Amino acid sequence: MRLFRRKTFSHGIHPPDHKAETAHSPIRRLPFPPRLVVPLDQHIGKPAVPLVHKGQEVVRGEPIARADGFLSAPVHAPATGRVRDIRPMPTARDRLTPCILIDVYEAATQEVLWHYPWQPRKMDRQALIQAVREMGLVGLGGAAFPSHVKLSVPEDKPAHTLVVNGCECEPYLSCDHRVMVEQPAELLRGVRYALRATGAKRAIIGIEDNKPDAIRLLQKLTAEEPAIEVEAVATKYPQGSEKMLIRSLMGLEVPAGGIPLDIGVVVNNVGTLAMLGALLPQGEALTERVITVTGPGVQRPGNYRVPLGTPIGFVLREAGYRGEAGDFVLGGPMMGPSVSDLRTPITKGSSGLLVLDEAAVRRESPRTWPCIHCGRCVNACPMRLNPAMLGRLAAAGEYQRMAAKYHLSDCFECGSCSWICPARIPLVQQFRVAKQWLRDQERRKRHAAPPRQQPLEASGKEVRAA
Amino acid sequence: MSAKARIELRPTPHIHAPQDVTVIMRNVVLACLPLAGWAVWQYGLSAALLGVTVVASCLLTEWLFGRGETLRDWSAVITGLLLFLTLPPGFPLWMGAVAGVTAIGLGKTLFGGLGMNVFNPALVGRAFVQAAFPVAITTWTPPFFEGRFSGLIPTTLTLPFTIPPETSRWAGAVAVDAFTGATPLALAKFQQSLSPATDLFLGTTAGSAGESSALLVLVCGLYLAARKMLDWRIPVSVLAGAALTAALFHLLDPERHPDAGFTLLSGGLMLGAWFMATDMVGSPVTPRGVVIYGLLIGVVTVVIRLFGGLTEGVMYAILLGNAATPLIDQLTQPRVFGEKRR
Repeated sequence: MRLFRRKTFSHGIHPPDHKAETAHSPIRRLPFPPRLVVPLDQHIGKPAVPLVHKGQEVVRGEPIARADGFLSAPVHAPATGRVRDIRPMPTARDRLTPCILIDVYEAATQEVLWHYPWQPRKMDRQALIQAVREMGLVGLGGAAFPSHVKLSVPEDKPAHTLVVNGCECEPYLSCDHRVMVEQPAELLRGVRYALRATGAKRAIIGIEDNKPDAIRLLQKLTAEEPAIEVEAVATKYPQGSEKMLIRSLMGLEVPAGGIPLDIGVVVNNVGTLAMLGALLPQGEALTERVITVTGPGVQRPGNYRVPLGTPIGFVLREAGYRGEAGDFVLGGPMMGPSVSDLRTPITKGSSGLLVLDEAAVRRESPRTWPCIHCGRCVNACPMRLNPAMLGRLAAAGEYQRMAAKYHLSDCFECGSCSWICPARIPLVQQFRVAKQWLRDQERRKRHAAPPRQQPLEASGKEVRAA
Repeated sequence: MSAKARIELRPTPHIHAPQDVTVIMRNVVLACLPLAGWAVWQYGLSAALLGVTVVASCLLTEWLFGRGETLRDWSAVITGLLLFLTLPPGFPLWMGAVAGVTAIGLGKTLFGGLGMNVFNPALVGRAFVQAAFPVAITTWTPPFFEGRFSGLIPTTLTLPFTIPPETSRWAGAVAVDAFTGATPLALAKFQQSLSPATDLFLGTTAGSAGESSALLVLVCGLYLAARKMLDWRIPVSVLAGAALTAALFHLLDPERHPDAGFTLLSGGLMLGAWFMATDMVGSPVTPRGVVIYGLLIGVVTVVIRLFGGLTEGVMYAILLGNAATPLIDQLTQPRVFGEKRR
């Protein structure tokens, strides 16, 4: 039954959502693992700089690494314990990235013992943004873009609308859904803080219409509050990509190559704002998050609150995974990367841990065929690109032509084309290779002029579907 | 789980839509079978033998060109079945085999196999035999002739490289109704006599093996469209293009030119629109492109029918559409999200 008005964007796909397995299981807390692996680059931007040394005792909530510049975020101790080492470890982001290893005290109560003296009632825009910066908050939907950067709206480019992303369009994931249903007060508090920080006049919470309970609850709670609207949007992947969601809710298109602020919109994920609403009044920093642990083979799928830095092997033991092999995905099945090591930690940007067991992997790794020009990818691409043509050019190695004539840079790797391709051509992977090649080429060109080493620049344009 | 799990690293996305190439191909084969069945019901043993011969020659050619594994994707079966449906039921078997070999060999594997061909392979085969055997390909058989399940059409078993026997006397003897040896299109073109719409719709007229029943083609095509295995915009725009052009000429000269309804139901237009023009490999991928492509085929079909030397134009219209596809795709690139309207 269609209870709500359909708001949507053109194209997109309808993968089976597999949310029923976890959507009704309340958030539970996982025990603390004996050791945490806390990466220094859990966000987009420069990695944090460690403030602790080997052997030092840390208490839960204490800053252990500071932000390095504006586009960066600090890291806090997710548990009370002792720093065992600071060394490179495998993470979902890269094969080896510097991490702080913490041996967790078994006997500790694990209360948050470090508090900031924030007083949200009295805070103005600048103070709010400063607090968000100090707590190390980043986008929890998957992109892990530092929240204080997103909330900092420049004078010459004012924001009129705050879009709150409650779509959770990735199949299998339901952590945002649970947060909306279980923590609506924190979420709305976070929305009010974000409105104050950005100076936007109104907020629209966009929720896919496969979550009617969340829509109804939030509509009831905001009935008296004209500045906050709750809108149902069509259940379609990738509805949770910020450009698609803005199009669905407001009928506006973010210019190609631009960001939402170019049209006066700031987008934040519901999980992020609920976290903001929970942490700010308490004076606490970001030390844990909610993840969905699910997939065929997981015996106790559900939503778990886990300390950041918990190795996925520990999570899998707790959730019960019996398989001997599998594809372990951090995030959703459409955009989440496979991890290569079970010591890989849950980080600020991990929204889920999806396990595809051997049978599922076999089912999903069939042979490929040549492109039969069916055009399904063209009708699936939410950016209205021509993946068929891009794929043909990629196979021929014509990367420059892909960028120059076929808008390769507008692809945000949502995976719709690869999902729908009946020939099973790994289109997104081909595009990723092409983009990387072009980036390398660009860097080599820049190197040729000044011979010094240049740091890898992360682009703020990376969009991730929630 | 043990500490040492075997880990699969795979690129995103980790899941895929259930319909892969073989599923699509198998369903197209499934949708062609009722058409082939109707052909056998109409023309008996000869049609069955011709169908088997053509499909077998297609499969054999695909296999001979060295890639045994490509047999498993069912695309050669589709080519064979479609080719069979476009041939006259009494077509000599050896010529059918030649058509099959040409279709796969010249139309498909020469271009690089599945997905690489420019033209619809079945139509390449058909075009080849139309040029090579102009008499045999226009020798029609009366439908539902007497003894169709006990004997063969005289032309069926013609020895290779010999001229098929004359069949008009035989046809006159076995036909249920008076049989002139002409298809409804030829009757309309040369004698200005239109066959009744119901006969055309239900498929009791003479013609190629699989083209006579518009109803059956429609049902099978709609099945594929409903399962999203063909792009419904293509047949709709082909038929719209044909109907509009026919209606226009009918309006100009109602005496000479048949009306839109006759145009839609007669000849191979239905079959071509639903099963040939929709061949994914030869049709555009852009949303606007498929409509232009369809309209082009529809218009050219009617123009050939009315003003060309041939009675039927669907085949050449689709081949022309196939040839125009890369150009259409180039010119109809969709406007990228967030790009300024030009």
